Amino acid sequence: MSVFLEALAWLFSPERLGAGGIPQRIGEHLWFTLIAFALASAIAVPLGYLVGHTGRGREVAVAVAGAARALPSFGLILLLVMLVGVLQIGAAVTAALVILAIPSILAGAYAGIEAIDRRTIDAARAVGMTEWQVLTRVEIPLGLPLLLSGMRNGVLQIVATATLAGYVGLGGLGDDILQGIALRNYPQTLGGALLVVALALVLDGVFAVLERVAVPHGVRKRGGALPRSSSASRTPAASAAN
Amino acid sequence: MNWVAENAGLILALAVQHLRLSLLPIVLGFAIALPLGYLAHRYRPTRGVLLTALGLLYTIPSLALFVALPVVTGISVLSEANVVTALTIYAVAIQARSVADALDSVDPDVRQAATALGYSGWRRFWAVEFPLAGPVMLAGLRVVAVSTIALVTVGILVGVKSLGYLFTNGFQRRILEEVLSGVVMTMLLALLVDLVLALLGRAVMPWTRIGTPAPRRAAP
Amino acid sequence: MSIEFRGVRKAFPDGTVAVEDFSLVIPSRTTTVLLGSSGCGKTTLLRMVNRMVDPSAGTVLIDDEDVAAVDPVALRRRIGYVMQNSGLLPHRRVADNIATVPRLNGVAKDAARERALQLMDTVGLDRSLADRYPAQLSGGQQQRVGVARALAAEPNILLMDEPFGAVDPIVRAELQQELIRLRRELEKTVVFVTHDVDEAFLLGDQVVLLQRGGRIAQAGTPAEILANPASDFVADFVGAGRGRRSLRVEEIDGVLVVVDADGRPAGVLADEARTAPGSATRGNRAQ
Repeated sequence: MSVFLEALAWLFSPERLGAGGIPQRIGEHLWFTLIAFALASAIAVPLGYLVGHTGRGREVAVAVAGAARALPSFGLILLLVMLVGVLQIGAAVTAALVILAIPSILAGAYAGIEAIDRRTIDAARAVGMTEWQVLTRVEIPLGLPLLLSGMRNGVLQIVATATLAGYVGLGGLGDDILQGIALRNYPQTLGGALLVVALALVLDGVFAVLERVAVPHGVRKRGGALPRSSSASRTPAASAAN
Repeated sequence: MNWVAENAGLILALAVQHLRLSLLPIVLGFAIALPLGYLAHRYRPTRGVLLTALGLLYTIPSLALFVALPVVTGISVLSEANVVTALTIYAVAIQARSVADALDSVDPDVRQAATALGYSGWRRFWAVEFPLAGPVMLAGLRVVAVSTIALVTVGILVGVKSLGYLFTNGFQRRILEEVLSGVVMTMLLALLVDLVLALLGRAVMPWTRIGTPAPRRAAP
Repeated sequence: MSIEFRGVRKAFPDGTVAVEDFSLVIPSRTTTVLLGSSGCGKTTLLRMVNRMVDPSAGTVLIDDEDVAAVDPVALRRRIGYVMQNSGLLPHRRVADNIATVPRLNGVAKDAARERALQLMDTVGLDRSLADRYPAQLSGGQQQRVGVARALAAEPNILLMDEPFGAVDPIVRAELQQELIRLRRELEKTVVFVTHDVDEAFLLGDQVVLLQRGGRIAQAGTPAEILANPASDFVADFVGAGRGRRSLRVEEIDGVLVVVDADGRPAGVLADEARTAPGSATRGNRAQ
């Protein structure tokens, strides 16, 4: 465990606070995560609702989510950086992160609607709700937990992939890890890794809480069990671990 | 596309290496996840603890796991064994939940009928529950297979060669075709393995072929 | 309000023809039961009234107005609809579920809630249940909420799609009696779909027995159908052909007992019936 202690020593040494230090690295990492998540959500949520509400394009959405799982995220980043040009690394990496996060969020949005009892939606329509009211008053609130579950996968995907962005010199916590490997400075590598893990766990925890809160009263099962367990795992949870 | 033609040998060799590195975690992961998933399915209290713990492992970004794992295992960061272990952990994390869900999905009536027919616990599991849970388990296995094959490429960052070699090498030498062929080959490999698993599933579980999917919006 | 089906046909996109050519007049303030096995098109016909299904050909008229010309959302808000699994919104409390349509129509929250509470009285639900969620109610209570919701917009037409199909026989009998009471009090035009002959005969002023493709095997009052089955199919369906509904009177220990064809007792002959023995021939089995 001495390496572990060395890693902690590296993490908490005073020079980790300045330029290129840990706060800056975390800031970079979070900033990229936030931007990519916002962009991916802005694209995927309306699209997912459209698919979920109309039932059209479902096969396409499933195929896209499936294919995205096979997409090697590291390769995608390098590919986009080369295509867009080294001067636009930030844009290229952001695009890669957005592309990788879209399938999870899209799947969460449409699966959330799809998982609702058809008879509930049928009844909502039968009592005279407009399509918009069916969407906003029934489908969105009841589908929220699965949407958040998809967003949770998407965020973890972004955090993990942003780590790989260190390779193209964009900073973030991956920078410390990769630099450590290159310099054969294992404490630094491990220290960086621990930070990434901590960041991922914190974000995962935040979404876990949100998911729990989002389950509408009345749908909540006794004992606080979330409907996530069975239904969410059936949503094509794009690998968060890339 | 000249580069691809000239380096077909390299690409093929890397693809074989890639496949070897991914199959091990897929198979090992399933073997380990089966008993864990059964425990989670059979004993409710275990379910929460087990699946939450595995879920947390799954949130660890791959690069971080690759470099942090040696602290626990003592295996060298740069060895294949390290990457295979990390990928096996991910595989178990996904597959255990899918096995538990799959066993949960078996109709309790069928289970009771089997018990009433006189199946003992062990035989009932293998003759009734395991095959009936097959389709859902297979779906989980296919997710594991595809994401494992994609993840193997990250191993190049800790010096473990796979198709990921084409990413870093192509990036350093500014050969777009090389990076692109790495991406395409990885996806092809994933789709190929996925297809094989799907066909295997059809062959082993012929009863899944006759079921017509229920219409989404049932006609009244 | 009267409802008229004029030569309606429904073919679904997958090619199945649910209804071939159906015409029927449903008089105002009566209860018409569409009776048939699953797949006979009865639910499809019911759903044409509030445009949940649009006919491929023909017209549906409400008080001589073609429903196709009415905006479906507006139409549905003035027609009550009760379905088998209540179709309540699981994330809304009982009172909010009942108030759904008034709220959609812009009724203020307090007024809508007050109306919901009144309706709970009407359908025999205790007001203390108002803030429960549907999942916290029994199946029978959920159905009552479903009926209250359907009544909330004060519709003149009530569509009921096997509303009591999913509850146990005792609760079903209770709900049936409740419906008979409501119908007397409220004077709505009710269209009721069921596959249960006893339920159809109990509730229907007019019973329409359907065969596959929405073909009318026979339409009439329960008594007419029972007395003169139009075909073997009808006789078989309502049980007249197999003697299930033929009852006879036997004297056991000095008491007149009504028994069915197999000799199983169906009930005891009431005193007033002894003077008019013919009245025992309408064979509703004792419930």
